[in-house]
Amino acid sequence: MSTASRTGTAPALKLPEKHYLNSEYGLRSWLLTTDHKRIALLYLASVTFFFFIGGFFAMMIRLHLLTPSGYLLSADTYNRMFTMHGVTMVFFFLIPSIPTILGNFLIPLMVGAKDLAFPKINLLSWYIYIVGGAFTLYSMVTGGLDTGWTFYTPLSTVYSNSAVAPAVLGVFITGFSSILTGLNFLVTIHTMRAPGMTWFRLPLFVWAHYATSVVMILGTPVIAITLGLAAMERVFGLGFFNPAMGGDPILFQHLFWFYSHPAVYIMILPAMGVISELIPTFARKKLFGYHFVAGSSIAIAVIGFVVWAHHMFLTGQSTYAAIAFSFLTFLVAIPSAIKTFNWTATLFGGSISFDTPMLYAFGFLGLFLVGGLTGLFLGCLGIDMHVHDTYFVVAHFHYIMVGGAVMGYLGGLHFWWPKMTGRMYPEWLARIAAFILFVGFNLTFFPQFVLGYLGMPRRYHAYPPEFQVYNVMSTAGASILAVGYLLPMAYLTWAAFYGKIAGENPWPATGLEWKTPSPPPTENFEVTPVVTWEPYDFHNRPDLGLDVPSHTGVMPVPAHGHD
Amino acid sequence: MSEHEHSEHIVSPGTYVAIILSLLALTGLTVAAAYVNLSDYVPFKQANIFVALLIATVKATLVVLFFMHVKYSPKRTKLVIMAGIFWLLILLFMTLSDYASRIDYRGVRFPMSQHVTREAFPRS
Amino acid sequence: MHRTGALYGQFETLEQQKETASLGMWIFLVTEVMFFGGIMLAYTINRHTSFHAFAMGSNTLSLPLGGFNTVVLLASSFTMAMAVWSSQTGKKRLIPIFLTLTILLGFVFFGVKYVEYAQKFHNHLIPGKNFDIRYCVNNPSKCEDIQPDDLAKERAEIAEAFEADPDLNAHAQLYYSAYFGMTGLHALHMVIGAGLLFWLLRNSMRGMYTPEWNTPVDLVGLYWHFVDIVWIYLFPLLYLIDRHK
Repeated sequence: MSTASRTGTAPALKLPEKHYLNSEYGLRSWLLTTDHKRIALLYLASVTFFFFIGGFFAMMIRLHLLTPSGYLLSADTYNRMFTMHGVTMVFFFLIPSIPTILGNFLIPLMVGAKDLAFPKINLLSWYIYIVGGAFTLYSMVTGGLDTGWTFYTPLSTVYSNSAVAPAVLGVFITGFSSILTGLNFLVTIHTMRAPGMTWFRLPLFVWAHYATSVVMILGTPVIAITLGLAAMERVFGLGFFNPAMGGDPILFQHLFWFYSHPAVYIMILPAMGVISELIPTFARKKLFGYHFVAGSSIAIAVIGFVVWAHHMFLTGQSTYAAIAFSFLTFLVAIPSAIKTFNWTATLFGGSISFDTPMLYAFGFLGLFLVGGLTGLFLGCLGIDMHVHDTYFVVAHFHYIMVGGAVMGYLGGLHFWWPKMTGRMYPEWLARIAAFILFVGFNLTFFPQFVLGYLGMPRRYHAYPPEFQVYNVMSTAGASILAVGYLLPMAYLTWAAFYGKIAGENPWPATGLEWKTPSPPPTENFEVTPVVTWEPYDFHNRPDLGLDVPSHTGVMPVPAHGHD
Repeated sequence: MSEHEHSEHIVSPGTYVAIILSLLALTGLTVAAAYVNLSDYVPFKQANIFVALLIATVKATLVVLFFMHVKYSPKRTKLVIMAGIFWLLILLFMTLSDYASRIDYRGVRFPMSQHVTREAFPRS
Repeated sequence: MHRTGALYGQFETLEQQKETASLGMWIFLVTEVMFFGGIMLAYTINRHTSFHAFAMGSNTLSLPLGGFNTVVLLASSFTMAMAVWSSQTGKKRLIPIFLTLTILLGFVFFGVKYVEYAQKFHNHLIPGKNFDIRYCVNNPSKCEDIQPDDLAKERAEIAEAFEADPDLNAHAQLYYSAYFGMTGLHALHMVIGAGLLFWLLRNSMRGMYTPEWNTPVDLVGLYWHFVDIVWIYLFPLLYLIDRHK
């Protein structure tokens, strides 16, 4: 069937008769569903909604920063803009995005199960996300939030005049959504794998989500109790973090960053999992160093828990502790580097095609490299003295989160869109959009490295006039970046209804999810599959119709998915 | 991947009675120990809290192994518990490592820095 | 996903379902360990930096009541374990009996907690505007728990503590923040546990639990034992600071 779609003289592909989208109709069938695939789409809608909200705040920030003395917004309002941009993007977009959309949809398919271990808890986690989001939105319209997404005390607990309590409550509640999702994934991967699906036959996307789930389980409860204590302090006047009562703001920072640093690994590990799927598929070559990439996911999850105080180098913490944390920060870069080397080695000798998901994967490789290396600069105590709390940090984390995580998210969305909807997106428009996004992104954030190094502090509503050139470049880039985001939202939505029918395996890719119809039936597999093949094994999959010779896969002619 | 389910090994009521009696005895012990200034007997200023936490840990271990059947549970359960405890210890000890290695934290000298004098660090 | 008997649709076998449920509950308990761990860290740091205030605060707690509550909770763990045993061995009549005993012991715990909290409220020991650690020493007639001959000793103790720490009143609020925070969080978990026990009680009276399928009893048991373990640590941390003075 896949071969047929390539020769061009194929009979027209048809959508399967019954699949998860048309199995039941009506609002109730969606709002009370326990089907992991439908829940993934519920998350897609709500996460995209919050992405727009966060994007709106970003637009306000960049528009305001066009002029040095800040004509657009007052200082107080500007504080609210960057705070709410951060809170929305971190807690309501980046942390959920790949796990709750792609993870929910794909993990049961990839392990060969009919659903996740706890389908009702899966639905509950979506409702918890919505309730938490509602509280946070409420705080945004009743006074906003101006403490920075980091909620440092005693500003957040004592002095701020913004709606801190409902916002903190909203984030607290949403944390449970994260915990339940992680719990579901961990248990599913342990106990629901199909016969023959051993640990080392799992796709690396699953390994990445396993590592992510470990982080969610162990880290999120700590931010929950921290925000709970902060809320108690604000509402009831307890004093753990208030110096006036003998409390310690640095204690808050320790507790906060104990979660929030591993949280950034929650954001990036799933994206790395996506890249580990995209690169072998579009190089038609087995992933180089599967065991190392799997192990490095676990290593990142574990080592990521002992580096948090690198966010606190300038707080007056012990120098000895700072040295230890700096060393560990350098250590955590190693597994990420291992992955990057393995991806690159996979490309070598492969037959590379430049489909849109692969463009996003290439974008990831370059931009994550820049973001990761600048992270090492920040981990170095001497440099951090100079650039802490400047735009250098802002540029660093946007390179990782947008250049890395969002690229992975978009690449994954494009890659699995045919599986989720049964239809292909328009390829050439998608490539143009990816290019626009890449250009816009770099124009937005590269000048910020320069700004930070020159000394422009972050979270300031005004700046010295000599920095204006870079700020204008950054805002110009942001407007281009916005187009790069809007285009996929538009054409992916269009394609879901009117795109070309994709068939079971349009790319083609290995992986159990590509052996089901597109879109899959509600119970995923009619018969429980029995797995006997290794992952990414392009050489031993004649059913894919690829012209891959039996020795180490250098191919004479690239075979495209659907050109 | 089915291993021994803990329900296959059913712990007897006799064992439970032995455990609850041990727990009650340990509770009595910890209260009694609280009334004695243990630092008088050992050169360790924090002796009392150390002993209290030690006894509490023994009690918790008895509950985990027998009431929660972990002694008869698959290895994976034990691994999950170890991981949880390990992570808790990371949170506690690595944060304490900051406070404990500061030279002077609001007038309270942590044990590690007892012997460091201001003169050694004139600018800090 | 539809059920066939006790088996939920996403599972292949009853064995897989049981293994999954158990692993799920243990992972949830690990999240609870980290949750309580955060407030334990806050307690630890503040205890070290405001030791006198913490010692003072701990000594205002009633050791007999705290000790009694500890015994009550340990006993409830025993009855819960017996309830699980009854469900494992098919003694269906015993399950509701042991569950009821567990619930009753839980309510005894709540009762004692209420008495303790009410006492704190009366003695101006709730953190906030009205907090005053010297209230009982200055107004002995208003606090029933101070004996006249102990009054002089208490006064001397408080004076000594204030000398060591002039900000004792502010720092003592940190102790009570820890006290109410930790015991409050623990009590909240017990309330949820009691709710789950009532649910189990109702089902067990309908004979729903058999040796083949007693997973809910097992899982609620794990949760209840965990809540007991938290109290096993809270008791020495809150009630036994510097008691030898």
